[in-house]
Amino acid sequence: MQHIFNGLVSGSFLAMLALGLAVIFGMLGVVNFAHGAFYMLGAFGAYLLLTEWGVNYWVALAAVPVALGLFGALVERVLIRRLSALDPLYNFLLTFGLALLLQDLVRREYGVQSQPYTSPLTATVDFGLFTYPAYQVMVLGISLVVCLAVWLVLSKTRLGVIVRAATERPELTRALGIDVGRYVAPMFGFGVALAGFAGVLAAPMRAVNPLMGGDLIITVFAVVVIGGLGSIFGSVTAGFAIGLITALANLYVPTLSQTIVFILMAAVLLWRPAGLFGREEAFT
Amino acid sequence: MLSVENLSAWYGQARALNEVSLDVAAGEVVTIVGRNGAGKSTLLRSIMGLHPKTTGTVSLDGKPVDRLAPHQRTRRGLGYVPDDRGMYASLTVQEHLLLPRAVGPNPWPLERVYETFPNLADRRGSAGTRLSGGEQQMLAIARVLRMGARLLLCDEPTEGLSPLFVARIGEILREVKEAGVTVLLIEQNVHFAATVADRHYLLAEGRVVDRLDNDQVRSREHELLDYLGI
Ligand SMILES: Nc1ncnc2c1ncn2[C@@H]1O[C@H](COP(=O)(O)OP(=O)(O)OP(=O)(O)O)[C@@H](O)[C@H]1O
Ligand SMILES: [Mg+2]
Repeated sequence: MQHIFNGLVSGSFLAMLALGLAVIFGMLGVVNFAHGAFYMLGAFGAYLLLTEWGVNYWVALAAVPVALGLFGALVERVLIRRLSALDPLYNFLLTFGLALLLQDLVRREYGVQSQPYTSPLTATVDFGLFTYPAYQVMVLGISLVVCLAVWLVLSKTRLGVIVRAATERPELTRALGIDVGRYVAPMFGFGVALAGFAGVLAAPMRAVNPLMGGDLIITVFAVVVIGGLGSIFGSVTAGFAIGLITALANLYVPTLSQTIVFILMAAVLLWRPAGLFGREEAFT
Repeated sequence: MLSVENLSAWYGQARALNEVSLDVAAGEVVTIVGRNGAGKSTLLRSIMGLHPKTTGTVSLDGKPVDRLAPHQRTRRGLGYVPDDRGMYASLTVQEHLLLPRAVGPNPWPLERVYETFPNLADRRGSAGTRLSGGEQQMLAIARVLRMGARLLLCDEPTEGLSPLFVARIGEILREVKEAGVTVLLIEQNVHFAATVADRHYLLAEGRVVDRLDNDQVRSREHELLDYLGI
């Protein structure tokens, strides 16, 4: 039971990161390698605010994603957009370089050892059969609410229709009269904000260090591929599923816990090359 | 209404269109016929602004649109029905109809679309990619009618459809023409083309090689079918 909980908690991080990554990839055709760095910046932002200015966790949870979101929108406007007409490889290099740059800037200041961040909630919740840290319960609750809210906006509003269409087939969506470019910077910023939000949530429970994002993001890439490129819904579902499966693997076959994601990815790709919820044509 | 002058297009180093020039007057239905790989789809994509490498001029109502992005071209009245029908897996039928931006003077209201295409009304909650080929084609056409486009670019709307659906598409094209909409249509089915269109361009290896009227198409039908390899 406890492991299922663990799985859902890490799944919720995967889901929030995969959501942003999927939208960015769909709309821009950019594999955003800096996504993990933004997640790391979220955690570090919270840490900095607390240690340097005594700003508490709750304020950081709101302020850090907003700041990072604006920064992300700026990065899209100033850097990524300039390369959009060229081979996608250039943006791959750009975001990869950006990830290294952000990582090393933080590393220069703080080294690679993990910084402690005291949890805002230290109590535990008694579920009868087992007890669980209250903070983790809250993280799970918050991320479910966030994923649900995003899902509602995406599935019930006109904005949602446009974002889904532009994520799945941006060129076609332009030909239907939609100025996709107008939505790109805000959505990039939103994806980055979500990564930052996940980072702040992670700060009290994971090691806050410059490499935390790089380690996680590889798994998130696998999640997006499994969910199906171009499918927002697929990425979120796959995020929770992979979190669960990894936690269970950790319990029953610990040796596989690191690799199971990639085994799954290979299996899914062999079975359905476009991912679980993707469409084949997305590749042409 | 549409004028294309010396339009060339490339895929990398390979030239898919070679100095194509053609005109379509307001209210006309004009088809482009040509073998597989002749460059027909590339021509429509270039007119729509979806092809990245082109030279030459495309004008609408006498004004060049070469520098405009696809969504800006729709504001000038262009509507596009792509050869793959342009379905979204993540959008329902109804969402396909709500997505396009109204651009022309006469965008069809949703009710009118559902009256004209009862199949779509029945399947309004299904994902676009789950429809049958004929239904997908109906949806792709209904979608540009929702925009109120003044010039429809239709890429092989009858391809792979049953005779029933082909006839239905013929009716819709005639109805649309009645309403004053101009149509540039790609069509391999020359028999069908002669029943809906006013005149025809024959495209071969990226060039316009012939202009035909309906009588010429009818009298040369066998020769044309032979040439097209059908
Ligand atoms: N993505 C692409 N990359 C490279 N070459 C392409 C690509 N798409 C088309 N071509 C080439 O450009 C030429 C014109 O293709 P196009 O799709 O415009 O032909 P078409 O007349 O529409 O054919 P069809 O009847 O099969 O639809 C063909 O020789 C084709 O091989
Ligand atoms: Mg074609």
